[in-house]
Amino acid sequence: MELLNVALPKGRLGEKVLAIFEQAGFPCPSIHETSRKLIFENEAAQVRYFWVKPSDVAIYVERGAADIGVAGKDILLEYQPDIYELLDLGIGKCKMAVAAKKDFRDDPGRTLRVATKFSNIVQSYYLSKGRDIDIIHLNGSIELAPILGLSDVIVDIVETGATLRENNLTVLEDVVPISARLIANKASYKFKNTVIDNIVRCTAALLEEPK
Amino acid sequence: MTNLSNEAVISALRSLYSRYGYSRYKMNKFEEYDLYARNKDFLISDSVITFTDMDGKLMALKPDVTLSIVKNTRDEPGIRKLYYNENVYRVSKGSRCFKEIMQVGLEAIGEIDEYCIYEVLKLAAESLTCTGRSCILEISHLGLLSSAIRHAGIHQEEQKQIIRCIGEKNLHELQGICQELGVSQENIDLLRRLASLYGTPEEVLPMVKALLTGIADKEELARFLRIVDALNAGKYQELIRIDFSAVSDPQYYNGFVFKGFAQGVPAAMLSGGQYDSMMRTMKRQSGAVGFAVYLDILEQYSPSRAEYDVDTLLVYDEGCTIAEIEARAKQLTGSGESILLQRQIPPGIRYRQLVTMKKGGAE
Repeated sequence: MELLNVALPKGRLGEKVLAIFEQAGFPCPSIHETSRKLIFENEAAQVRYFWVKPSDVAIYVERGAADIGVAGKDILLEYQPDIYELLDLGIGKCKMAVAAKKDFRDDPGRTLRVATKFSNIVQSYYLSKGRDIDIIHLNGSIELAPILGLSDVIVDIVETGATLRENNLTVLEDVVPISARLIANKASYKFKNTVIDNIVRCTAALLEEPK
Repeated sequence: MTNLSNEAVISALRSLYSRYGYSRYKMNKFEEYDLYARNKDFLISDSVITFTDMDGKLMALKPDVTLSIVKNTRDEPGIRKLYYNENVYRVSKGSRCFKEIMQVGLEAIGEIDEYCIYEVLKLAAESLTCTGRSCILEISHLGLLSSAIRHAGIHQEEQKQIIRCIGEKNLHELQGICQELGVSQENIDLLRRLASLYGTPEEVLPMVKALLTGIADKEELARFLRIVDALNAGKYQELIRIDFSAVSDPQYYNGFVFKGFAQGVPAAMLSGGQYDSMMRTMKRQSGAVGFAVYLDILEQYSPSRAEYDVDTLLVYDEGCTIAEIEARAKQLTGSGESILLQRQIPPGIRYRQLVTMKKGGAE
């Protein structure tokens, strides 16, 4: 029987996702052993897990290297992979928001300079508002941009808001709520339908159980 | 099943379409850019390679074949059945660079009837089997889906995002958007069930019938069921799946839409449907149905090269005569094996056997 390839996002979110899958009936004891292995299989549960960088999960799934995976909605909105989005796991909840220095006053008469990692999301967000913007694409430490005058505002993921507060920044508006989504490759969904359908149903049932 | 090379697949497809009376449509590499500018949404990628011709016209290297065929077809009685085997120029999603892509496909344009739709679907299924892989043809119907969306009271402007959610089988977002639009839970459930339907005609058609009776146009629903039943009764039973998440832009497509998948290929390698709506935007009264096979996708996921580059590597000495080399090569290729003749072993070559020849034919 062919195993289901599951891409898990490295880090705290991935650990939570693995716990959900294991509770839903797809355990993999070898993944908890200390080793240098990259791929972990459990033939009895028909699964093969592997850890990948969270922002790469969607690529692994879209390209069929993984049949299913778990990715943040931010990544899905930014890269628009051609995949099925089968479940909102309701974990890794945060939001994408526009933030600026506390004393920032917007001048709609001039182009807004926006620093972000999420250029496509920002582009369509401001397009829908009809606002002229200049996107400054950064790969990290986005909060620095308005402090050093590189940008007027930033668009970034906000979890607790603590980093913003510590840097004298504040949220101006929410762009979109984010959470972890269970995604599937479209071709895998056809050829491994029974096993994918099973993991989706068991996971959905587990999430619906009263806590 | 054996995976066939792209050349073998192209040859099999061309011969298949010819056998069904589809005539080859050969076209120019270039087309006036205006055609694509007016129908940008129909294109898979909206980037087009353009240049100014000697007479000052802005021209484009064809990113698509269907638009050119439609442009050059008149409204005539009967059905024009055509196939093509052309290179198109598109931006590849991963590299963001233009690529030349070999595309094979067919179009039936004219007074499209039930049999013609059946025949195109049958040829789509047959085309998939030409790849030599295990395949699936998923079939949907945009007309039926649109009826359900209209029945739910969703306006034209919001249809696109509903269809996107259905295309992603994204039931949670579908629920949220519908709730925001004030759609009743009964109608949300109808859309959610349609989006999540997947299976063989035997499994799914009774549910489609139950869900859409009284909602979709009676004749349209009956025709959908008749065509799928006919396909399912033939030798393609194993391939056919019903999946309403197979969607296309309703601005161009209307009735049947379908996508083909091959085992080991992670994206759809065949895509098609009825595009009467596109015909109307191009001021044609005729109906149209067709599909394209994306051979670039198939090639990307073809098995890697053979184990050996050549069966025999024959390394001959400087003193060997032409006749001696010829005679030895003939001996070694008696059963159709491949042979490479060289004075020395080329770097990196993989051969099944190495034969060396010295002056006078001695080894």
